[in-house]
Amino acid sequence: MEPGKANLEVFAATLLRLAQADPDILVVTSDSRGSGKLTPFAKALPEQIVEIGIAEQNLVGVSAGLASAGKKVFAVSPACFLTARGLEQIKNDVAYSDNPVKVVGISAGVSYGALGTTHHSLHDLAVLQAINNIDIVVPADNFETQMVIETAVSHPRPLYIRFGKAAMPHLHAPDVHFEIGKAITLATGDDVTFIAIGETVPRAVQASHLLAAQGIAAGVMSMHTLKPLDETAVLHAARHSQAIITVEEHSVYGGLGSTVAALLMQNRLSLPFKIVGIPDEYTVTGSQNEIFAHYGITGEGLADTAQQLLAAPVKVGM
Amino acid sequence: MLQPISKTLELKSIQYRRKILTIIKQANSGHTGGSLSAVDILNVLYNHVMNVSPENFQDTNRDRFIQSKGHSVEALYVVLADKGFYPEAALDTLNQYGSHFIGHPTRKVNGIEQNTGALGHGLPIAVGTALAAKKDGRSYRVFTLLGDGELEEGSNWEASMSAAHYGLDNLVVIVDYNGLQITGRVETVTGITNLREKFTAFGYAVREVNGNSIPELIAVFAQLPFEAGKPNLVLAHTTKGKGISFIENQVDWHHHVPTDAEFATAMAELDTAQAAWGASNGTW
Repeated sequence: MEPGKANLEVFAATLLRLAQADPDILVVTSDSRGSGKLTPFAKALPEQIVEIGIAEQNLVGVSAGLASAGKKVFAVSPACFLTARGLEQIKNDVAYSDNPVKVVGISAGVSYGALGTTHHSLHDLAVLQAINNIDIVVPADNFETQMVIETAVSHPRPLYIRFGKAAMPHLHAPDVHFEIGKAITLATGDDVTFIAIGETVPRAVQASHLLAAQGIAAGVMSMHTLKPLDETAVLHAARHSQAIITVEEHSVYGGLGSTVAALLMQNRLSLPFKIVGIPDEYTVTGSQNEIFAHYGITGEGLADTAQQLLAAPVKVGM
Repeated sequence: MLQPISKTLELKSIQYRRKILTIIKQANSGHTGGSLSAVDILNVLYNHVMNVSPENFQDTNRDRFIQSKGHSVEALYVVLADKGFYPEAALDTLNQYGSHFIGHPTRKVNGIEQNTGALGHGLPIAVGTALAAKKDGRSYRVFTLLGDGELEEGSNWEASMSAAHYGLDNLVVIVDYNGLQITGRVETVTGITNLREKFTAFGYAVREVNGNSIPELIAVFAQLPFEAGKPNLVLAHTTKGKGISFIENQVDWHHHVPTDAEFATAMAELDTAQAAWGASNGTW
């Protein structure tokens, strides 16, 4: 995989390019322009950035008001604060009132590493999935990032976009087809399929390479849209694989894994299945890479999980 | 002599109070005290101050009203019906299965700008809307009605910082200052006092009025904007339950529904009030 930039940088550059041609595009920040890589945007288009200060509830409420008056609003703030402190505003002012704000959670998951649990967002996908009328997209690489931002500008509904801050390898060719709600298949294989989201996707790709060397064919899907979930792609993978492994930088409760599990059960599909994410415990201290390694979110860790899953006898009944 | 408009609005307020009590009684639920407290403010805004009507509701240049104290929705429903946003008969469905007329404002009801009900949400949205007007060079104004108990929500003070920072003199914040919240007197619940000083310190141009006085409300809104470059704040001193003697200033009437006897007494009091204006029932 060719190295790329941090998705955040691509987000900021894409937004600047689009906003230069469209004065209705506004960025709203909560003392977060630096962490959002938006300093160049603020310098180039000072009339198109609205600074709220460290006040996430107000950030979301003001964004809803701006969107209701026809502005194309990107509300940008660290995911940990935005989707916790600003949650009631996302629920009521954005989703329930149907104000099509683009809620952008940056430095999400465990991107802040050793800064600790206050700065981690391992709950955001779970809480937002339970709220009606907001779509959820977590792009994996630079191309997905660029395309979700280009799509978001005219997206007619409330949208949550979640970014990490690590440099991401290129997973796709620049002309990859991207559509909100449609998973992108990166590899096909009928032994096991990894359904991964966000910054975990390249790790699933690495796992598929390691497994291939051992004669195990692993499929990989970038499930960049959590809601609406691409149910067709999930069901197809389940019907053409021996096992499914979901991978996410989120609590194992309420995110991609739980959602895929519910879909499989309700379609009477029973197969070896594993949810890989951050377990329900005090998260270990470390960088994002170290935390990922600790919880098995690496090429090696995911390959091991696949082998164990495929080797375990399938239990029927008791 | 009062201006004719003032008399017209006084009679409307009496009729609005009748209707508020009627729909709450019929639904067997509603926020009686707060609706009676706020209805004179809504009356003056919708019938005398704001440029908004069913005809221009899709027009970008309309004035906006966001009722942040969403629980007083019965007052808003009654005023919007009188403005012609929907037939008055629609209010017979209040809080009934499948109705759009629920216990807090929603945009499914024609004339309502934003879904509210959770406290502390209206002001940030109003700030964003007023900021959009400034950025677009439009002249519409954004009005929002807050409760005094609602000011305990910190988001109001976050939004106030932005309102002053961006010089939103097209934003009009009205506090329905009736002194009561569901637990008791606001000042004994958390001691939120000195509101004039607080709002002035946050950068508002502040005016105080009797928020149940039609002439005072007419007069204060005629002065908008109070000061160029500053958000406007009207501290409207009101009486919770205003207009019905046994409901006024009674904490228990926050969402109490009148009994048959109480309803009859209330209607009789409103008839007396109307007679004092020299008009017969129903001729407003």
